[in-house]
Amino acid sequence: MAELLFWPALLAYGEAAVAYAGNARRPGTLGRAATWGVRLGWLAQTGLLIAQAARAEGFPWASWAGSLNLFVWLVVSAYLIWGCRPSYRLLGLAVMPVAAVLLAVAYAGGGMGEDAESRLSTLFLVLHVGLVLAGIAGFTLAAALAGLYLWEERRLKRREPRILRLGAPSLVSLDVLCARTVAVSLAVFLAGMSAGFARLDEFDARMAASIATAGVYGAFLLSWRAGWRGRRSAWLAVAGSALVMVLLLVSHF
Amino acid sequence: MDLLLVGTSHHHAPVEVRERVALELGEAAALAARLGEAGAEAVCLSTCNRTELYLAHPDAAEAERLAVETLVALAGDEIESVLYRLHGEAAAVHLFRVAAGLDSLVPGEGEILGQVKAAYEAGSAGPFLGRLFRQALHAGKRVRSDTAIGERPASVSSAAAALAQQVFGDLAGRRVLVIGAGSVGELAARALTARGAEVRVANRTVGDGMLSLEEVEPQLAEADVVVSSTSAPGFVLERSQVERALRARKGKPLFLIDLAVPRDLDPAIHELEGCFLYDIDDLEAVVAESLAGRRSEAAQAEGIVAEEVERFGEWRSSLDVVPAIASLRARAEEIRARELAKVEKRLSEKERAAVDSVTTQVLNKLLHLPTVRMKEAAAGSEGVLYAATVRHLFGLDKKDER
Repeated sequence: MAELLFWPALLAYGEAAVAYAGNARRPGTLGRAATWGVRLGWLAQTGLLIAQAARAEGFPWASWAGSLNLFVWLVVSAYLIWGCRPSYRLLGLAVMPVAAVLLAVAYAGGGMGEDAESRLSTLFLVLHVGLVLAGIAGFTLAAALAGLYLWEERRLKRREPRILRLGAPSLVSLDVLCARTVAVSLAVFLAGMSAGFARLDEFDARMAASIATAGVYGAFLLSWRAGWRGRRSAWLAVAGSALVMVLLLVSHF
Repeated sequence: MDLLLVGTSHHHAPVEVRERVALELGEAAALAARLGEAGAEAVCLSTCNRTELYLAHPDAAEAERLAVETLVALAGDEIESVLYRLHGEAAAVHLFRVAAGLDSLVPGEGEILGQVKAAYEAGSAGPFLGRLFRQALHAGKRVRSDTAIGERPASVSSAAAALAQQVFGDLAGRRVLVIGAGSVGELAARALTARGAEVRVANRTVGDGMLSLEEVEPQLAEADVVVSSTSAPGFVLERSQVERALRARKGKPLFLIDLAVPRDLDPAIHELEGCFLYDIDDLEAVVAESLAGRRSEAAQAEGIVAEEVERFGEWRSSLDVVPAIASLRARAEEIRARELAKVEKRLSEKERAAVDSVTTQVLNKLLHLPTVRMKEAAAGSEGVLYAATVRHLFGLDKKDER
């Protein structure tokens, strides 16, 4: 059942990615097709996660592939908050291809099954893994917003005559949205991290990676409040997200 | 009912001719009402670029005479040479293109859709023109929602405002500092205030509520957009001045528009982080690209217009057969009721109900296929022929059809 829902989700995300690319070339109908692709894919993946949760006896996303599956859902969910607005379709071009690829990787890694092999309790896993993944999904989305900011700012600096052709969000709204996303994500990440610290008694590489991540984003927010905005804060958000990915890979594998 | 359009526009007549037939909405409504009294459905569309009379009348020649007489009475005999006269589908196509902004001076301009709507609402439209204008408005809306034809600015001042929105988003409450009190800067300021921005003006000669040029630098800490259009021979604002102001801005971006020739703003300002300086050439390049984009979108818009014209044409064709269908059904029902009445007295209540039901069903089944065939024929070009044949075969006179 869960596997049956994977294919519609992947197809819809793939369709959204292709439609977003087409929309960037010629804005219009394809943009709406892309938005519907995201919505339908998200519904299919939500169904998939519900099916997994209903069949599993514990927390079904404890493996790296399962976590990736949940992570993709969280990223797409966060994107959907603004993604239905035409001006944020360019953000979809950054998010949806990655979502489709990661979902395929999660499938290849066996993340669509119902195995819940973990020595840890379900409640702990929901709190720790769920919240940490939600936080990282938020950081990823903030990085996509920052990337869009940098791209848009570069076009304005180059004084491109075609700059108004693509409906993109304004620089100020991207900057503010990126900072807000980081703020919310950091709070969620810290909550998940606290749950982990309360349960785990040994200080390991994962803990160090989590502390480093929280430190980077804490610095981001403080500097943003102090007036370090625009291009600099966008680079910091992108660098922070890259660091998170590197730390995750290094500490988990 | 024949559709006729008589009018003139910027394509055919210079402004000195157009202004003579330009009417306020109230005057256009009165004119349409006068034509309505003469037996026509009438709508008068009058804007700065066109004055057009749309008439639906049983007699096309009479309608044309009426329309031409009306316009000649307004502007004199010489207007006749610049009038265009379109009939039937050509008139419908024209209106649909007008509503879509495809006949406008700037392709895709949005104001015309509101003007068409106002003209329709103020006019004396009956069922025919009502359907025509509603379909035209629908076509106009579709063109605007399905294409990007109207999304791009068509003037330097609107391009400046659109770029400011690209930086700040909503301009409501944003502070605009205009340096120089000339008309060029005023146009840009007007485009920005129309989007909710607050404007302050700085000028060499200080007028009411104005700032002096010396006060410009302190204002930079607060301003979001700076528009400059003085006739000063050198730079009014240097990079160092903006650099100093940036420290107090706490990372807020600053958008600067230099409309002056020679330039007022030091081009090196653009190199500063968070500063975006556009001069007149940059803005004109954006407008040129934007107009080219509008023209390319126009091809898609023409397709939408053609679809909507076709739909209107289908409805128009159905008018030829609908009366014949209604008449045929009425005649059949009349015969059924008459025959039923003859035997009614010999039947019990239950039997009468059964016969009534059976004969109604037979009638409906018998007439179903001819009705469908006639509607199909109406969608093509044979509707009139089919309607005439049915009238002839079943002896339906025109009185019955109404």
